[in-house]
Amino acid sequence: MSTLEIRDLHVAVGDKEILRGVNLTVRSGETHAIMGPNGSGKSTLAYAVAGHPKYTVTSGTVLLDGENLLEMSVDERARAGLFLAMQYPVEVPGVTVSNFLRSAITAIRGEAPKLRDFAKELKAGMEALSIDPSFAQRNTNEGFSGGEKKRHEILQLELLKPKIAVLDETDSGLDVDALRVVSEGINRFRGLGSSPGEHSRASGDTGVLLITHYTRILRYVKPDFVHVFAGGRVVEEGGPELAEKLENEGYEAYTAKAASA
Amino acid sequence: MGLETKPLSTLHEKSSYDVADFPVPTGREEEWRFTPLSRLKGLHDGSLAVTGGVVVDVEAAPEVRVETVGRDDARLGKAYTPSDRVSAQAYSSFEKATVVTVPKMTAASRPTVITLRGSGAGAAAYGHLLVSVEPMAEAVLVLDHRGSAVYADNVEFDVAEGATLKVVSLQDWDDDAVHVSHHHARLGKDATFRSFVVTLGGDLVRLSPSVSYTAPGGDADLTGLYFVDEGQHLEHRLLVDHSVPNCRSNVTYKGALQGDGAHAVWIGDVIIRAEAEGTDTYELNRNLILTDGARADSVPNLEILTGEVAGAGHASASGRLDDEHIFYLQARGIPFDEARRLVIHGFFAQLIERIEVPELRERVLSAVEAELAR
Ligand SMILES: Nc1ncnc2c1ncn2[C@@H]1O[C@H](COP(=O)(O)OP(=O)(O)OP(=O)(O)O)[C@@H](O)[C@H]1O
Ligand SMILES: [Mg+2]
Repeated sequence: MSTLEIRDLHVAVGDKEILRGVNLTVRSGETHAIMGPNGSGKSTLAYAVAGHPKYTVTSGTVLLDGENLLEMSVDERARAGLFLAMQYPVEVPGVTVSNFLRSAITAIRGEAPKLRDFAKELKAGMEALSIDPSFAQRNTNEGFSGGEKKRHEILQLELLKPKIAVLDETDSGLDVDALRVVSEGINRFRGLGSSPGEHSRASGDTGVLLITHYTRILRYVKPDFVHVFAGGRVVEEGGPELAEKLENEGYEAYTAKAASA
Repeated sequence: MGLETKPLSTLHEKSSYDVADFPVPTGREEEWRFTPLSRLKGLHDGSLAVTGGVVVDVEAAPEVRVETVGRDDARLGKAYTPSDRVSAQAYSSFEKATVVTVPKMTAASRPTVITLRGSGAGAAAYGHLLVSVEPMAEAVLVLDHRGSAVYADNVEFDVAEGATLKVVSLQDWDDDAVHVSHHHARLGKDATFRSFVVTLGGDLVRLSPSVSYTAPGGDADLTGLYFVDEGQHLEHRLLVDHSVPNCRSNVTYKGALQGDGAHAVWIGDVIIRAEAEGTDTYELNRNLILTDGARADSVPNLEILTGEVAGAGHASASGRLDDEHIFYLQARGIPFDEARRLVIHGFFAQLIERIEVPELRERVLSAVEAELAR
């Protein structure tokens, strides 16, 4: 059992306050969706929790299984079991996917996988996400299409098997088939459906915080909770039906509320 | 950035075998302004006693002819005429020259390795090397500079029609070495030249690789990698002189710098003369500044005197490690030091892949590793 607990989180970029008191708890076995207008601070929340140096936490706490994530370096947070699939994955010139993933797996698991085991695991993981094997020798994210980058993020999710995953618009820019493939990957991570590797967690062992603009991914990756994000905080919470309502009615009601708050 | 007040082409006009034709540099001259003259230990004014001290050892491919010749050998100084004071000093001071000949229509079956080992930085040593690749011949050459020395030399690469020469020059000197060197390649019709320079060691290294073409179709790639540590001055001065039509050149130099007083200088001069229609050239220098106190001077100069080029461009950038790269790797659990190592590796990786000799690739990779572990 794991719990990510965000309490009254305030975050600034420079001297501009962007998050204004976020409260959110994600437990293993749960999937939470965050929906909200552009610029409302969803990515800021994701980056701040992961520890991106650009974002300054001015107050509040973030705990993973009771441990204070905010006191940890970026890599310590990842090793503690946090994963962030980025809205815009970074191109890292000269570092091949294979080399990158092997280093990441080594860091997360605390020991280098045997070369042969790693090759097998990588191959299976790529196959499950319909990623061409040639990508292993390409530089990380360099020249990848938008959809390829997103699939590569989910490959990492499946290989690294964190406790809690924050997925920032992993569904944006995906075609119909890619959306299905990526959703299946997320569901394998959630412990639903078959797993390609032997390192998979038992069902209900992992938590997901899914940031999205669209309900179409929520048809594959069914959320237990939906949060509406506006003006740097959570302004409404509900079940899956809330997503449908948002899709039909938009955010107007909430942005007005956030502005007057 | 951009052209100096004097056109590039006039800066490189002067050439002579006679030291007296070049005044002792004061440091104000365009070609000397970046070099700390006081650390040349007298190479620029002839004040240091000459006792030799660099031993040249050649391990040649069986097809290649190697000779040690005296100053009067008529083949020397044909491809290259000294273009500055130290070069002329070296030319008028060396005692023995090494001549490597790759006979025509011959492909050397393995690299020819020339090791230049210095035995101390207490006296000056001068050298001369001529590598003559005859028509349609092919060879790979390694110059491996080690030990300690105060050394000035000229290297002539004479690559004849249709021939190919690939050179790897490693400056892997001890910490107190001083090395001032000119590498000139003269390319015949359809000749191919690949130079890979790796400069890691030495207190001061100033290496000036240049290329000239005698007929169309010449093709030169000049690649370089350097790692500058605390207190080191590593300077590379490139000159590609396109004076005949339809030749190609590409210059790619990348360096990393760390520590107080680490200083890299990169000058990339490319001249496309009026006659050199159809020239295709590109030059790039990138510096990765890893710590405070390190400085990179990067000056690309491109002078185009014809309206008919196939392509001409340059780029130069010096900067810190990209925080976003490091963040991405760390966000996957990779500790900072390892992330930094991966990114710096990545910075050099594509260059190192171009080294013709696999064993040298390994050596350069592990040398970069060792630098990062400092
Ligand atoms: N470096 C920065 N400097 C100034 N403002 C910034 C900076 N980074 C983010 N912001 C601002 O913070 C706000 C929140 O941005 P964020 O990326 O978190 O929004 P988002 O909810 O993820 O939007 P989207 O749905 O478009 O992805 C925006 O108004 C953005 O312009
Ligand atoms: Mg966003």
